[in-house]
Amino acid sequence: MNELVQSVQGFMYPDEVELQWSVLIVLYPFITGLVAGAFILASLERVFNVEEVKPTYRLALLTALAFLIVAPMPLQLHLGHPERSFEMFLTPHKTSAMAMFGFVYMWYLMVVLVVEIWLEFRRDIVMAARTTRGLLGFVYRLMTLGSMNISERALAIDDKTGWIITIIGIPSAFLLHGYVGFIFGSIKANPWWSTPLMPVVFLFSAMVSGIALVMLMYMATTWLRKRTIDMRCLDTIARYMFYTFVIDFSLEMLDLIHRIYQSDESFQSLDFMVHTRLWMSHVVLQIVIGTVVPLLMLAATQVLPLRDAVRRAIYASSGGLTLIGIFAMRWNVVIGGQLFSKSFLGYTTYKMALTTREGLLTSIVLMILPFFILWALVKLLPPWWETSGTKTAGGAHGSAV
Amino acid sequence: MKDAAHLIRLAAVFAAGFIAFLLIRQALVPAGFGKYGHFRAGALDDIRARKVSFAGREQCAICHDDRVKELHAGKHAGVGCEACHEAQAKHAQLDDPSTGKPVLPDTKVLCARCHEKNNAKPRGFPQVATAEHSGGEPCKSCHNPHSPKL
Ligand code: HEC
Ligand code: HEC
Ligand code: HEC
Ligand code: HEC
Repeated sequence: MNELVQSVQGFMYPDEVELQWSVLIVLYPFITGLVAGAFILASLERVFNVEEVKPTYRLALLTALAFLIVAPMPLQLHLGHPERSFEMFLTPHKTSAMAMFGFVYMWYLMVVLVVEIWLEFRRDIVMAARTTRGLLGFVYRLMTLGSMNISERALAIDDKTGWIITIIGIPSAFLLHGYVGFIFGSIKANPWWSTPLMPVVFLFSAMVSGIALVMLMYMATTWLRKRTIDMRCLDTIARYMFYTFVIDFSLEMLDLIHRIYQSDESFQSLDFMVHTRLWMSHVVLQIVIGTVVPLLMLAATQVLPLRDAVRRAIYASSGGLTLIGIFAMRWNVVIGGQLFSKSFLGYTTYKMALTTREGLLTSIVLMILPFFILWALVKLLPPWWETSGTKTAGGAHGSAV
Repeated sequence: MKDAAHLIRLAAVFAAGFIAFLLIRQALVPAGFGKYGHFRAGALDDIRARKVSFAGREQCAICHDDRVKELHAGKHAGVGCEACHEAQAKHAQLDDPSTGKPVLPDTKVLCARCHEKNNAKPRGFPQVATAEHSGGEPCKSCHNPHSPKL
């Protein structure tokens, strides 16, 4: 306790000295945001018929699934008793935002993502089931659910159903991430969190981060497969990222201006916090390096006639910076909201442990895990079956990877 | 219809999953859940069946009337006997309580628990920086714990 008290400045209530929500709770909205963003990018192609982003459609879906599987893990680890989280499905409490989130999550995972991916890949699954032997073949046959029908009409029905699922999926993705914002925004005791803008800001930043991730994944996978990048696709994605980013940034600034103008009783305290403990992560990382710089870079690609290679470099670096910036935003919301005292007279410090259950190593593992899952998913369901010209020859699946 | 058969299979898988969930739920949710509120009704009986650890001041007064009077004369009147002496239901319920006498509290530790100086405490509450105030001497060498005013 004495050690802890040394990290306190000013007056702190005893229960505020130690942070309850660790870096894992930072990861949770970050990862969920990537899911929602990736899915919304995928739906662009599907619902709004943006042909250009087609090469990323399947990759975006698989990315969303891989990250969605990992999304609840930080929460489970934070709980300490992961098996208890199942209780919220058994005996849900109507007034628990977290329990309702469990249902939104389940709905989104099972009804939206899994079904949409299944419908999208069904033709390939059936063809793989016919030609693959061994355990993998069994898995494919299991995935066909015993129906090998890939006639024109069946595929047309799939397409139609997939479209409907996507239509349901977009509000679901909004709900999924809006909910994460809601969980913070609805905590009325905390002035750093309590704003109805929170779900909206979370949603748009989610879209920005998801689009950035899919863009980077697309560049990385094409490079790994030694193919050429479809610049038309990349330009379109970057444009969408730019637009959403502008909206996201305006919303965040709106929130900021509103706070400054309103100047309620918490303002001085929060203002001090932003200028001291959060200066690096909020002003430097989130606003300057993670938002203004990538926005300017992306704006440059919109107005200047740049060569392909230059644009690619700009896209890659602005995508990376954006992800850092959005992560910093989650950090500042979650950690920042716990650094000041409700008396507005003191501040505490967050010390991240290295090897504990909620420490840095765990977070790194959790951040890498989705990429492993994605790798396995891509092995199982290569997103580029169609584009690599092996449309009819089912046997060539392996070589396409 | 034939071409949508796989969708019906998918729906069947979902239905099966849902039914499995309902069965698991049936098995896992304890009986009596929700009868009085969002908890297991039997929990009330379980709690009731637990042994009482605190006897309460009225119990102590039956045999330690003098102490109660002493306590009530000073500022510690509002402090429960068992706040200082720990839970003593076991002692109070003995046939011969003198066979199970409670260990007397160590005033060096006990008093500081409430009176150590701390800015977060209400200003009017009597508090001392014990290290300076008593210099390690047990508080009882000057104060009577039951009636601490000097
Ligand atoms: C049924 C009568 C009875 C009740 C009720 C009772 N006590 Fe006692 N208590 C005794 C007796 C008898 C002794 C032993 C006296 C002795 O040996 O000097 C004793 C001893 C003690 C002692 C130790 C005294 C010493 O000199 O070591 C403490 C402290 C004490 N009781 C506290 C309590 C508290 C607190 C309660 C209320 C929860 C309580 N007692 C309830 C009868 C009772
Ligand atoms: C503020 C804390 C405090 C409260 C409240 C308190 N006691 Fe005590 N009591 C003590 C301490 C400390 C001692 C030990 C004194 C010693 O070591 O000589 C003690 C000693 C005793 C003794 C042993 C006899 C003696 O005087 O040395 C009895 C009996 C006793 N208390 C009963 C009670 C009862 C009954 C109550 C409730 C009416 C009560 N006490 C409330 C702190 C307290
Ligand atoms: C459970 C908490 C608690 C413990 C333990 C406790 N006290 Fe107190 N003490 C109080 C309270 C409550 C008051 C009354 C404060 C008031 O009303 O202003 C008080 C008042 C006092 C006072 C002021 C008396 C007066 O008349 O001004 C003194 C001196 C004191 N305690 C000494 C002690 C000593 C010595 C001990 C250890 C034997 C002790 N206290 C243990 C809670 C406690
Ligand atoms: C050497 C004797 C001595 C010892 C030992 C001692 N005190 Fe005191 N204490 C006093 C005297 C004398 C006063 C009254 C003087 C005063 O009011 O400033 C007092 C007053 C107090 C007060 C009331 C202060 C106030 O602002 O009303 C508290 C509380 C207190 N003591 C707690 C303790 C505690 C706790 C211990 C044990 C760690 C302790 N005392 C040990 C002599 C002692």
